Amino acid sequence: MLNTYVVYVENKPGVLTRVASLFRRRAFNIDSLTVGRTEKPEVSRMTITVDADQDQARRIEANLYKLVNVLLVENITNQPAIVRDLAMIKVAATHEARSHVLELASVFRARVVDVAPESLTIEITGAEDKIDGLLEVLRPYGVLEMVRTGIVAMRRGKSSSTVSTATTTDQDVAEEDVSHSV
Amino acid sequence: MTRQSVTRQSMTGASILWECLEREGVQHVFGYPGGAILPAYDALKGSKIHHILVRHEQGATHMADGYARASGQVGVAVATSGPGATNMVTGIATAMLDSSPIVCITGQVGSKLIGSDAFQETDITGVTLPITKHNYLVTHASEVARTIREAFYVARSGRPGPVLVDITKDAQQSTCEFDWEAAKPQLPGYRPDLSPDRKEYEQALELIHNSKRPVILAGHGIIISGAMNEVREFAERAGIPVALTLLGLGAFPASHPLNLGMMGMHGEAWVNHTIQEADLLLAFGMRFDDRVTGNLKTYASNAKKIHIEIDPAEINKNVKVDVPLVGDLREVLHELLPHVESIDRSEWLDSIDRLKGDAAVRDIQNLPDSGHLYAAHVINDLWRETRDGDTVVVTDVGQHQMWEAQYYKHEKPRSLITSGGLGTMGFALPAGIGAKVARPEADVWVVVGDGGFQMTLCELATIVQEKLKVNIAIINNGFLGMVRQWQEFFYERNYAATPLLNPDFAKLGEAYGIRSMTVTERSQVVPSVQSARQHDGPVLINFRVEQEDTVYPMVAAGASLHEMIRRPSKIVETAADE
Repeated sequence: MLNTYVVYVENKPGVLTRVASLFRRRAFNIDSLTVGRTEKPEVSRMTITVDADQDQARRIEANLYKLVNVLLVENITNQPAIVRDLAMIKVAATHEARSHVLELASVFRARVVDVAPESLTIEITGAEDKIDGLLEVLRPYGVLEMVRTGIVAMRRGKSSSTVSTATTTDQDVAEEDVSHSV
Repeated sequence: MTRQSVTRQSMTGASILWECLEREGVQHVFGYPGGAILPAYDALKGSKIHHILVRHEQGATHMADGYARASGQVGVAVATSGPGATNMVTGIATAMLDSSPIVCITGQVGSKLIGSDAFQETDITGVTLPITKHNYLVTHASEVARTIREAFYVARSGRPGPVLVDITKDAQQSTCEFDWEAAKPQLPGYRPDLSPDRKEYEQALELIHNSKRPVILAGHGIIISGAMNEVREFAERAGIPVALTLLGLGAFPASHPLNLGMMGMHGEAWVNHTIQEADLLLAFGMRFDDRVTGNLKTYASNAKKIHIEIDPAEINKNVKVDVPLVGDLREVLHELLPHVESIDRSEWLDSIDRLKGDAAVRDIQNLPDSGHLYAAHVINDLWRETRDGDTVVVTDVGQHQMWEAQYYKHEKPRSLITSGGLGTMGFALPAGIGAKVARPEADVWVVVGDGGFQMTLCELATIVQEKLKVNIAIINNGFLGMVRQWQEFFYERNYAATPLLNPDFAKLGEAYGIRSMTVTERSQVVPSVQSARQHDGPVLINFRVEQEDTVYPMVAAGASLHEMIRRPSKIVETAADE
C-alpha cells in the first residue's frame, strides 16, 4: 500500500540526496517526493509517498531517523489528512473545443491560467485521483503538456507535525528522553 | 602553551584540526600526504599527535579500524583528495558494516574549484554517502572545530560507525578565531540514546520465564557496549546457553560451561541444531546476518525472539521478532537482571550435550598425524602457546578466518579482530598494525591467507618504519582457499582462477628487514611461535599448509541452518589424498 510520510529535515546542502539515496540503497520505491521551506528557515519539510507493507513502512521510518539531518518522521497514512497535488495541463483548444474545455475545468473547479489561440492551460489543485479524473476527460481534446508537483500533506485538526530546532549539545542529546515505536 | 591560552585565538583551519583532534583524545593518526591535505601536514609539527605513514590509504583506514576495535577509541585516518580519498572507500565500508568508530579526514581542492573537475578532485562525500554513518564537506576554517567535534560524537555514540570529514585546501589555509567551547555539536536530529518502555521489559521477562529451551545469540554489540559481565550474569542466573557470532567471539568466555561456540555457516553442528530446536532466542547486539541464519523461512521456526539492539532499523529487518528492546545492551540488561529468575534448565543443557554427538571424532584436532600440516593445527597450536597472555589475533577473510574462529578459543573481548560484515581481504595486516599501535603491550598476531596478504603487503614497510612488534602468520595453501572450497562443493571442482603462484614469503619478509621463516611440518609450529614471541622485532612465519583442505561443517548459502555439510567421519584425510 502507499504510505505517506511527513519528514522534517535540516535545511542544509545535500540533505535531499541523503534521503533519496537511502530509498535507493534499501531498495524502496519512491512514488512521490516533494520538498520545500517551512515557517522556520533552518528546517525543510518533505512529503514522501512510498509503496511498502507494514514492516517495510516501519523500517523506512527507522532508517530515515538514522540520517543525522532528519529531525522528525511521521507516517500519516492512516490519519485524517489533507493531501494535495497541483497540476498544470496545456490542452489543445481550438475554436469549437474551447467552450467544452472551459466547462470541464469549471466542473473540476480548475482555473484557466493561460489562454492562447490554439491552447488553454488549466491549473488544478486537489487529491491525486481528482487530477487523474480531469486529465482523463481532457485527453480526447489533446493534452499538449502537463506538469505535476507531487503531493504535499498535512494532518487535519489539532494534530500538528512540529519540530523544535533548539541548539542541541551532546549533553542535551544524551539527556533527551526519546522513544519511538519501531 | 596551556589549554586556557589557546581557547580564543586566531588559528589556521589546519592548526584547528590538530588542536581539535588532540582535545578529542587522539594520540595517533594513520595517513598519507598529498597536495590538497598539505596545509594540514604542514601544521602537524606543532601537534603532540604521532602520525604513522602508511603505504596505501586503504591501509590507513584498516589501521584506524583495527585501532578502534582493539581499544574502543575512535581511530583516525588521513588522506589527500581524489585518489587518496577513493582509496579509503574499502576501509570505510568495512568499518560501516562492522560498526567500527573511525574518523577519516580528507583534503579537498579549493572551494572555488569544486565542481570544475580540478586535478585530484573527487566528490568524496557523494562517493561515501551510503558507506558512512555521516559525512561532512568543510569549506571554511570557522566550520572545522564544530565539524570535528560532531564527527567524533557521531562516530562513537549509539551504533558506532565511520564518519568522513572532507576539508577544502582553503579552509585549511585560512584563519579564524578558534573557540572550542563555542563549537559544541549541533545535532538536533541525532538520537543515539533510545530505551525500551516498561511494557516491553515485562513482555521480555515473561517470554524468558516461560521458556524451556532458550539460547542467547551473542553479538558484537556486547563488546561495543561493554556488557560482558552483564551477559555472563544473565546467562548464569537464568541458566541459558550462549552461542556467538563471528564478531561476538570473546564477548563470552570460550571456556565457560554455558558457551556453545560460534553459530552460522561454519559454526559447529550442535550450535546450529540448538538454535533450530530452541523455543526462545535472545539476540544480544547482533543483527541476524544471512551468514548466521541460513534460510530465513526455516530459521528457528519454533522459537519466540527477543531482540536487544541499539539500532531501531535492525528490528524486523531479517527476522521478525516478538519483543524488540531498543537501547544500549548494557543498560537494558541492567534493567532486566534484577527481575530474571533463576531457573533450572539442566534438561535442555543435557540435550544440547547429546547434540554434540560425534563432533569430537570429526574434529581435525583428533585426526591421526599424517605428516600433513593443516591450518587448524597451526591455529590450535598458536592458541595453546599464546592463550595465557594479552593476545590479539587479527585475521583476514577466508578459510583461515573460519579455522581461527573454530580453533582459537577467545576468553576476552577485543582479543579477535576480523572483518565480518564486508569480508574484506587485505584487512588483517593493516588492522593488526592499528591494534598494535593501540595496545603496544599486547602480543599481536596477524593470521592471514596467502591471497589476502598480497592485497596489502606493502604495509610491511610501515611495520618496519614504525618499529612495531607485529607477528605475522601466513596460512599459505597456494589457493584462494574459500573460493576453491565453494568451487569444490558447488562448481564441480572447476578451480577457475583460484590457484596462486606465490613469491617466497620468507624472502619477501627478509627484504623488508623482517625476521622470516617457513614452516612445513607440525613439529615446527610450536618452536616457530615461541621463537617469534621471543624475538624483539616483527616476525613473519610462512606456514605451508595442506593445499586442498576444507572448512567443515558448512551451511551452503541459502540452505537451512540445520542442513550442514559435515566433515566425513570415516575418511580422515581430505580431497587432496583421495
